[in-house]
Amino acid sequence: MLKNRIIPCLDVKNGRVVKGINFVDLQDAGDPVEQAKIYSDGGADEICFLDITASNENRDTIYEVVEKTSKKCFVPLTVGGGVRSIDDINKLLNCGADKVSINTAAVQNSKVVEDSSRKFGSQCIVVAIDAKRNEGGWEIFTHGGRNPTGINALEFAYKMEKCGAGELLVTSMDKDGTQSGYDIELMKKISSSVNIPVIASGGVGTLDHLVDGIKSGASAVLAASIFHYGTYSVNEAKQYLASKDIPVRI
Amino acid sequence: MNVTIVDYNSGNISSVINSFKEVAKDKVNINVTSDLNKIKSSDKVVLPGQGSFKSCVDALNNISGLVDTLNEFAINNKKPLLGICVGLQMFADVGFEETETKGLGWISGKVSKIDNQNGKYKLPHIGWNEINITKDSEIFKGIKNKSHMYFVHSYEFVPEDKNVISATTEYSSNIVCSVEKDNIFGTQFHPEKSDMIGLKVIKNFIEV
Repeated sequence: MLKNRIIPCLDVKNGRVVKGINFVDLQDAGDPVEQAKIYSDGGADEICFLDITASNENRDTIYEVVEKTSKKCFVPLTVGGGVRSIDDINKLLNCGADKVSINTAAVQNSKVVEDSSRKFGSQCIVVAIDAKRNEGGWEIFTHGGRNPTGINALEFAYKMEKCGAGELLVTSMDKDGTQSGYDIELMKKISSSVNIPVIASGGVGTLDHLVDGIKSGASAVLAASIFHYGTYSVNEAKQYLASKDIPVRI
Repeated sequence: MNVTIVDYNSGNISSVINSFKEVAKDKVNINVTSDLNKIKSSDKVVLPGQGSFKSCVDALNNISGLVDTLNEFAINNKKPLLGICVGLQMFADVGFEETETKGLGWISGKVSKIDNQNGKYKLPHIGWNEINITKDSEIFKGIKNKSHMYFVHSYEFVPEDKNVISATTEYSSNIVCSVEKDNIFGTQFHPEKSDMIGLKVIKNFIEV
């Protein structure tokens, strides 16, 4: 039976790990390579790096981080943030990333998703959707949550599946950093409207939130703070999910 | 000993390289090349594969003489070869991803899309799944039945002769996830991404 995945995410800025509250107020806390290794030794099913300020700044540091991590961690590594082009994707994959997540570029030009999934395979193309509630549903934002687009999240998710995305990483901007749980309704809506796996993200504060995320239909749950600040270990999270009859790899 | 990972523009192979180098340390030479002479003189060959069946077969055919060299290595000289993911799928006679495409024909069978039971199951089949080891295979030496391996694929290899199957995994149906025929080994899962247990599979192959 396929197990539900727990994916610790590390937000990386200038080669260092940070975790933002609602995408701002970053606190420095550690070396990403070391942190990733702790996670993979602890049973993380995948590791995710998000180069959060990459859209604006020099991003060469992330390549070095990816290269070092991929020589030490032998679980899948997803890297996102500031991925603009086929060249960027190629470079990250060559450094040892297994999957690349695309956010702004996928919104601006869906051909990037089509071309990259054809060139590298859908298995390594993750589309990251940052969504915020509005009157009619959810609107997607780009540039690390800074720019509204007027695009409906459900329609966009469906379009990305058609373009060849292998997975969707769905972050609720309303919930991100609040530790009040995933936007369950958003996760439910998106996972039931696409046939590709959905990774739930944004808002985890307790282990019950992870349970709720999986119950919403997501194939994987992503969390940053609870693991990063040591509130829970990945193993504790897995044991808890298992105790709630959610199949996990232990 | 020389182990060659065939670099034929089949997509991302850095993780395969990293994992083999990790296991090999300094004892085994890991070469990454499409040089025909280097492949011929290797003791073992790894055939990775990402992307579609068609794109991988096309990429193999784009390197003049590569398919002949692999045939000579694996079929005539019967030297150990490990196919990973689409590398395994290409052992088949034919694949149906994108369009009908002829495979290497080393193990009779076809590669077809996993039945998602009208959307009940998500595709790709991504994540960790248990393997049911169905026969003693050298690459599973010391590996417990029901170990978890990392998968990511939407197509499955369906061999004609069920005796070649060395492990299966349960998803929307029972999926063949490892085959062994004489000197030819293949895994649908990614040992290079299956943490320590995956590295053990790689170690076993190097020691075959």
